Amino acid sequence: MKGYLYLFHRWLRGEVLSIPGRFIALIFFVCLFLLPVVTQEPYYLRIVTLAIIFAIFAASWDVLAGFAGQLNLGHGLFFGVAAYAAAFININLHWPPWITIPIGAVAAVLVGLIVGIPALRLRGMYLALVTLSFPLILVGLVFVFSDVTGGELGLFGVSVFSKSRVVSYYIIAITFTVCIFIMYKFTDAGSKYLRIGILLHALREDEIAARTSGINTTKYKLLAFAVSGFFAGIAGGLYTHYLRIAGPSTLELFFSFNALLWSIFGGLGTIYGAVAGVFILYPMTEILSLFDLGEKIRFLVLAIILIFTLLYMPEGITVWVLDKIEVKCPRCKLVNVFWRKRCRSCRADLYPEKRKEGLQERKHKNEVSI
Amino acid sequence: MLLNILINGLIVGGIYALLAVGFALIFSVARILNMAHTAFYMVSAYLIFVGTSMLHLPLFPSILLAVVVTVILGILCFYLFFDRIKEHEFAVMIIAVAIASLFQEILLLIFGGTIRAIPHIAEGFLDIGGTNVSYQHIFAFFLSMLILIILWVMLSKTKLGNAIRAVAQDSEIANLMGIDVRRIYVIVMAISVGLAAVSAAVMGPIYMISPLMWGQPLVIVLAAVILGGAGSIGGAVVASFILGYAESIVVFMIPGGAFLGGAASMVVMVLVLLIRPEGLFGVIFEEERL
Repeated sequence: MKGYLYLFHRWLRGEVLSIPGRFIALIFFVCLFLLPVVTQEPYYLRIVTLAIIFAIFAASWDVLAGFAGQLNLGHGLFFGVAAYAAAFININLHWPPWITIPIGAVAAVLVGLIVGIPALRLRGMYLALVTLSFPLILVGLVFVFSDVTGGELGLFGVSVFSKSRVVSYYIIAITFTVCIFIMYKFTDAGSKYLRIGILLHALREDEIAARTSGINTTKYKLLAFAVSGFFAGIAGGLYTHYLRIAGPSTLELFFSFNALLWSIFGGLGTIYGAVAGVFILYPMTEILSLFDLGEKIRFLVLAIILIFTLLYMPEGITVWVLDKIEVKCPRCKLVNVFWRKRCRSCRADLYPEKRKEGLQERKHKNEVSI
Repeated sequence: MLLNILINGLIVGGIYALLAVGFALIFSVARILNMAHTAFYMVSAYLIFVGTSMLHLPLFPSILLAVVVTVILGILCFYLFFDRIKEHEFAVMIIAVAIASLFQEILLLIFGGTIRAIPHIAEGFLDIGGTNVSYQHIFAFFLSMLILIILWVMLSKTKLGNAIRAVAQDSEIANLMGIDVRRIYVIVMAISVGLAAVSAAVMGPIYMISPLMWGQPLVIVLAAVILGGAGSIGGAVVASFILGYAESIVVFMIPGGAFLGGAASMVVMVLVLLIRPEGLFGVIFEEERL
């Protein structure tokens, strides 16, 4: 027992605490799980819960667009399909959420594969605009078959996870942690166990080169669509069971653009960027809406922030921050905190250029003193 | 019924063509996917509303004012945003969405969410074989046709048009031939935004104006440009008419079709792209084909 604890302690110190990015992530998750202990105010819980759900949604967009390079402008389609499927089954068959949410996610996967088929032949802008069109087609259908889908009002009366607010919060938070972990590992290009991350990377960078090297691009594109659709579907299912409603607003153009906005603000092609983007921007807009003036200008502020991020930090805010606080060892490629002078593992100099300059200065001084 | 579909499709297609051509122009020349294109159309419609209802100007001076102000706004947007990140196509697209929502929010702040109307250029109806067609629709159709013809002559016969087409084909070589590429971009941006502004004067009285009016035409315009083949202006015009007819057929033939008008255009677009991934008139280089 003691030995395992010691190993855990060593792992924590070596792999988490000494890498700033991971340390921040650890603090984030600890805060996430301690929040109901600190406050049980329904308003705060609601904001954080919705932020969690949108974070899954934004991260699933990032899997598809940031890693596989398939720019999907209609990501709300997966979210909306899963929300409607979960709500429909829950209302008509009274199945509990832990069955309806996976069913909704599977429905989203099927839709993802259907969308993925035209995506095999299209690329770039064409693909973006075709994916944009699917949720709009579905909105038309929702309004036409309004006796099944509830039309503009949507389906309501969906059951909740639990009567207790805190239990619901923990269910959603744990789902979030698991989903983000899976997505992060799935897309990790440096993984020792999964090849998929590096394959998606190749697919995004140069599809023709990837195909020439014998990668089955069709398979991996469809896989990316399916995985992304699955997690967006889980987010949709959580959303419909949390708010107890599935409405056409999830299929709107702007809902899909929100996923883009959050991920690009946070940093494209990094799962944590999408999460950070949601957790910065979504609570901010909600807090702004508390004030009278803020309510009116919140989207204005959002648009301005987005414009300035794109102009001055085109890689996203997390990449920008991590660039400032992390430094890679030039010899062993291990990540270090920026204030260290030598690598924590191999003692190599972290800032060789600076050291060289320093040496020259000292030499100069010595010469003068002699 | 048939006559209804024929006339309605023609007019709707003509109006869409005016918007789509402006969009296709800036996309084919500068590779800027200007998602804010219909936002400029919205701004122009509001400026006309301000001119006629608040400043009590006659209709034509206020249209002129709206077009000039919108064009200046478009050129400003080009210099401030598009020009700086032109290399990143996706970033340009997203910044354009941000600009569009910026306009939407500013208009919401100033005018509120209420639906406004701007005066018709021509009142009254014309009876064509039992179908009532308003003069505004007829006027809209003929004006857009006139503008498209002028644009076509300008692009194919004048020196400026030659320069624009050269830049569209290969901006680097055009630059080597002594064409100021950046200046051409600005001119094309001005023309494109100007077309959007003019179409506001034509379409504004037909569709009501509100701060959310840019979403629906944007989708149609995107569909038309992609369907016609990106980079082909003639293709955009043909595609606009196809979409106009698709919409009219669905609206008139299917019960509850008014909700499906936009969806029908999308289905047509997806089907065409499945058969011809480069659009109807688009060209794709062999090494790009998948």
